[in-house]
Amino acid sequence: MLLTITTTYQPATDLGYLLHKNPARLQSVEVAGGQAHVFYPEATAERCTAALLLDLDPVGLVRGRGPGNEGFALEQYVNDRPYVASSFLSGALSKAFGTAMNGTCKDRPDLPAQALPLAVKVAVVSAPGPDWPRRLFEPLGYEVEVETTPLDPTVPAWGPSRYYTLHLRHAGLRLQDVLTHLYVLLPVLDNDKHYYIGENEAEKLLHRGGDWLPQHPERGFITRRYLRYLAAYVNPTLARLLEGTEEELPEPVAPDAPETPAAAAPAAAPGPPAEPKLSLHDQRLQQVAQEIYDLGPKRVLDLGCGEGKLLRLLLRLPKIEYILGMDVSHQALSRAAQRLHLVEMPPRQRARLNLIQGSLLYRDERLAGFDAAALVEVIEHLDESRLGALEAVVFGQARPGHVFVTTPNADYNQLYETLNAGEFRHDDHRFEWTRAEFAAWATAVAERHGYQVRLVGMGEEVEGVGAPSQLAVFGMAK
Amino acid sequence: MSQDTLKVPELALILLIGSSGAGKSTFARRLFKPTEIVSSDTCRGLVADDENDQSASADAFELLHYLVAKRLKRGLLTVVDATNVQPEGRKPLVALARQYHVLPVAVVLDVPDAVALARNAQRPERRGVGPHVVARHRQALRKSLRTLKDEGFRHVHHLRGEAEVDAVQSVVRDRLYNNRQDETGPFDLIGDVHGCYYELRALLETLGYVLHEEPINDVRDLGIRVTPPAGRRAIFLGDLVDRGPASPQVLRLVMSMVRAGTALCVPGNHDIKLLRHLNGKKVTVNHGLAETLAQLEAEPEAFKGEVRRFLDGLVSHYVLDGGKLVVAHAGLPEAMQGRGSGAVRAFALFGESTGEIDEFGLPVRYEWAREYRGRALVAFGHTPVPDAEWLNNTIDLDTGCVFGGRLTALRYPERELVAVPAAQVYSEPVRPLNYKQLAADAQQDSRSTEHQAPSTNAAQHENDDLLDISDVTGKQFIETRLLRGVTIREENAVAALEVMSRFAVHPKWLLYLPPTMSPTETSALPDLLEHPAEAFAYYQKQGVERVVCEEKHMGSRVVVVLGKDEAAIERRLGLAGAGIGKCYTRTGRNFFTDGALETAFLARLRDALTTAGFWERFGTDWVILDAELLPWSAKAQELVKTQYAAVAAAANAALPQAEAVLAEAAARGLAGAGALLARTTARREAAAHYADAYRRYCWPVQSLDDFKLAPFHLLATEGHTYFDRDHAWHMETLRSLALADPGLLRATPYRVVPLGDPAEVEAATQWWTDLTAAGGEGMVVKPYDFVALKGQTLLQPALKCRGPEYLRIIYGPDYLLPGNLERLRQRNVKAKRNLALREFSLGVEGLERFVACQPLRRVHQCVFGVLALESEAVDPRL
Repeated sequence: MLLTITTTYQPATDLGYLLHKNPARLQSVEVAGGQAHVFYPEATAERCTAALLLDLDPVGLVRGRGPGNEGFALEQYVNDRPYVASSFLSGALSKAFGTAMNGTCKDRPDLPAQALPLAVKVAVVSAPGPDWPRRLFEPLGYEVEVETTPLDPTVPAWGPSRYYTLHLRHAGLRLQDVLTHLYVLLPVLDNDKHYYIGENEAEKLLHRGGDWLPQHPERGFITRRYLRYLAAYVNPTLARLLEGTEEELPEPVAPDAPETPAAAAPAAAPGPPAEPKLSLHDQRLQQVAQEIYDLGPKRVLDLGCGEGKLLRLLLRLPKIEYILGMDVSHQALSRAAQRLHLVEMPPRQRARLNLIQGSLLYRDERLAGFDAAALVEVIEHLDESRLGALEAVVFGQARPGHVFVTTPNADYNQLYETLNAGEFRHDDHRFEWTRAEFAAWATAVAERHGYQVRLVGMGEEVEGVGAPSQLAVFGMAK
Repeated sequence: MSQDTLKVPELALILLIGSSGAGKSTFARRLFKPTEIVSSDTCRGLVADDENDQSASADAFELLHYLVAKRLKRGLLTVVDATNVQPEGRKPLVALARQYHVLPVAVVLDVPDAVALARNAQRPERRGVGPHVVARHRQALRKSLRTLKDEGFRHVHHLRGEAEVDAVQSVVRDRLYNNRQDETGPFDLIGDVHGCYYELRALLETLGYVLHEEPINDVRDLGIRVTPPAGRRAIFLGDLVDRGPASPQVLRLVMSMVRAGTALCVPGNHDIKLLRHLNGKKVTVNHGLAETLAQLEAEPEAFKGEVRRFLDGLVSHYVLDGGKLVVAHAGLPEAMQGRGSGAVRAFALFGESTGEIDEFGLPVRYEWAREYRGRALVAFGHTPVPDAEWLNNTIDLDTGCVFGGRLTALRYPERELVAVPAAQVYSEPVRPLNYKQLAADAQQDSRSTEHQAPSTNAAQHENDDLLDISDVTGKQFIETRLLRGVTIREENAVAALEVMSRFAVHPKWLLYLPPTMSPTETSALPDLLEHPAEAFAYYQKQGVERVVCEEKHMGSRVVVVLGKDEAAIERRLGLAGAGIGKCYTRTGRNFFTDGALETAFLARLRDALTTAGFWERFGTDWVILDAELLPWSAKAQELVKTQYAAVAAAANAALPQAEAVLAEAAARGLAGAGALLARTTARREAAAHYADAYRRYCWPVQSLDDFKLAPFHLLATEGHTYFDRDHAWHMETLRSLALADPGLLRATPYRVVPLGDPAEVEAATQWWTDLTAAGGEGMVVKPYDFVALKGQTLLQPALKCRGPEYLRIIYGPDYLLPGNLERLRQRNVKAKRNLALREFSLGVEGLERFVACQPLRRVHQCVFGVLALESEAVDPRL
């Protein structure tokens, strides 16, 4: 990873005073993850370039971080960290150029306030696309140029990589500002942090970006990525950043927003947006909860409960005496327990809820004896060839009085602009059924196992394609 | 009269009955193991910190009953040390004995009050136990003596006075009648005969028994003697009589064999009904009893007496061969095996019905075998079925001979079925069975016999459609042939459940997952982490004389399950309409995402095997292969792009620019710039080598022609695994297959290396050097035998030895740079090797279970175990 800063300010060698690094020497400092070397490939009165070469130790990054240590989040041993401008570079900047970044210069106290003509090169940055460096740096007055790199020159078909050499030019800016911009924005481009994100991180952002970030058109993007989408930090930070400005808050991170990109959003909401809209997923859950409530069951199963959003709604229905949430993912169950504050729940409430790990493909006697079971957006995550096992487990063995199954409606997919024909709404969907396909499956299942079934659209119906999601309500035949 | 021994059944619940101070604890300690004694005082102490705290009695007895229940469930003799003088105190214990089918025994320590009081007085903590308490105990005891038998105690030992108590010096544990675990067979198990003497003779002769007529000189003579084939014994599963034409002759033959020790026999419900009749009890003469009675009319009274004694002496079921075989007329669930109670006897004779009646007016039978999970093979009869079919390691051998079906025998331990068809329909079944095909067979040759293959069948397949979660979750202990047992930790099972449920192919395909493979110990040679010398040294040290070195292909490890046609898959795996095979990765995922490509691949492989004459040569219509499927990029394209190519791209973009500025700095004469420049140049070159390394294993995959399959283990075919064949055999066998379609199949280059021959070792090392210099991944060194042991210790089934260039894509581009390699040498292969052995033994076990036609859950448990072990945290670079 290489960063160079060039100035033609006269005399250019004043850069050495500003950076607090002697142009006549190569200096090395220990930084997080390796070593930073600072040296000057050119240092004349006309033109002076300071280079910071960050030499990360790939073996050290992995080794020596035993359990209990915060640990390197990446489990990989072969990675781009040694070559890419990342949070490691921010760390190195504040270590090697901390004085300059704080705007102090003991020998020449007037210099830090001086706007300088500056050229910056970063080799290389990792970015989600070539326009992103522009979107982040141009609003700050830089002239931006990016050089692309092929993913593999021997395989042209693979196209460009996500790595760019970044050139920034500014006619007159304080060095302190340039360093601060790089400090904040390079990790935002990279979108990965080598350390644990705590409250401290929000303070750092407010400290380094307080002057310029509120005016930045991409402040929402920058804040979210800088704080790794942690809603607990992102929303208050944005609020504080915008304090006293008249601007509206950019759309906040939803408290339950997944950290991974969500399923494709509809291109245009059908019909005029009347009220603040619930997400499709929340709508689905409310509708299912309502349907369950209407039947008045006492013991309810949430099969594939995930992080517990439906469980939360069900817990609010006092007539339900017992709720069993099951998921195959242990991680999802831990998150559900956290979100529902299972540990601190009062004993009577606690006795109403239990969470278990289980799979819908194995017979499980723990699932017997329930009045209702919900499978919200579950079946499409199983290979179609395994649905027979699910059917046997739920309808053949567990046999709840009612079963609620929801799944996306493939007929509706044509309204999603970002989805190509035949593509699914989520990477892990193994299939998405049309209304006819779902109806055929549901009817056959009901027939085989002595249930009656009713099919309902979920979400706003659109002429010709139906609602975004579909629900089958199975009731055991009397 | 005092006795110095106390006789109790080996599995019993023994209640010591006596007043406080009667000496029960002393008596128990003197005669039983400390762990066999469950004491109310101890339980009181456990729940209340005070053995005499009477207020804790309720909790203490709850604990006592819990402990007793656990022990009885596990089949352990248990002594209850409590006063037990009140019937209401004994009642729950007798109920527990009944629940677990254990015989309750009462041992009454009937000592005078004075003795008890004196004893209590000596114990400070018993000071509170006054004379009135002891008197009350004694009174209750006296009263109890009259009712113990009625309460259900089979044996009551009344020890009168201190002298009789002290006289008992030892306990004799009588073996249960059903315990024949020391008899190991081999056996021929014969289903319901029902008076079909002609067929019985035919069956016995087919099985190699020789029948001799004998003169009858004495009323006890039976007129027939049977000589079994060497070492074998017959076991009759009951229902010798009724409906058929010659019940007395059948009885004669069986009684003669049992008397001579050449057969065992368990009673059937018909036999017992006959016995009741002979005993003068009133029974309804139906279901074929009339025929038997008519046939017996002609027999002398003495014979009838013999029959009565014979039937009376029959034991409801037997547990044989170390607990591996159980025989009972109507079968027996695991919890009842080797136990003794009225319920056990009733189940063995009649089975259990659900209480429903079917359309023919017959009771609907509860299918205990569907839920059977036991270790023992259970052979039974009672319910006529068209074919003897395996289900969860149980088999019904009543193939309705008397109804015109067949008389069937199971050869044990061979698990072969031998049957003779009925000469005619002797009785019309109430519930019609479809015997058309059999009738046709019978016409052809009434004496012809059928040897059926160890079966694969619809009932088991249907049963296997759904596996039970309790078989895979929680901490599992899996017994394997190669390692005594493999423990799967709960957290690993948790991880595997998710992978298995979300990504794996149908469990009926998932018969084997390959084990992980350890690398060699770290080489000490410069610029190398791995070198063949360490692999050779490992095996030489373990006493292995020859190894096989196989070229390691860099692709994706796959297991291919392939049938000759769809029918073979349906028959053997119970997967209908699922295609002719499946090719899945080492984590059980379908290799192919494109269905058409998958179908084409499998068809072409099948055709190659057909061309090679594989199916005929191995007498099979299915096969499981362990192989590498190339190129790597076929499956790992995304990984190659996002990880491997990306790193090279980043390095290629960044490092030359760093070199350029360093060159300028060096030109300015900055101290240290030159060294940094050299290092950066080395890193740039390393990144270029790294890019070359990953590119070697990638080529574009447009069609089937771009795939290459390199099989290296022939794992299993019908009735066989090939873990007993050496690796040279596997290599040669698979090479001959590869010739059938060189466009798809690749034979793996290999060499056999005698470790005692330095020249051969040197040549093999050179071979590795050449392979890796040419860009090969490296080689795998295996002991010559598939399963290699040093004494009892299982050796590593294989060690990989990877080339230095290949290792760049594992350890990163810079791993050979000064300062890095030294640190990377500090790796430890121990955990990885331990894992490799456990996974190997599970893989072998799973396939051996599959080939032996065990229920899918038994195979799945092994496969699931491998997947679970793979979630153990080990250095993924190894």
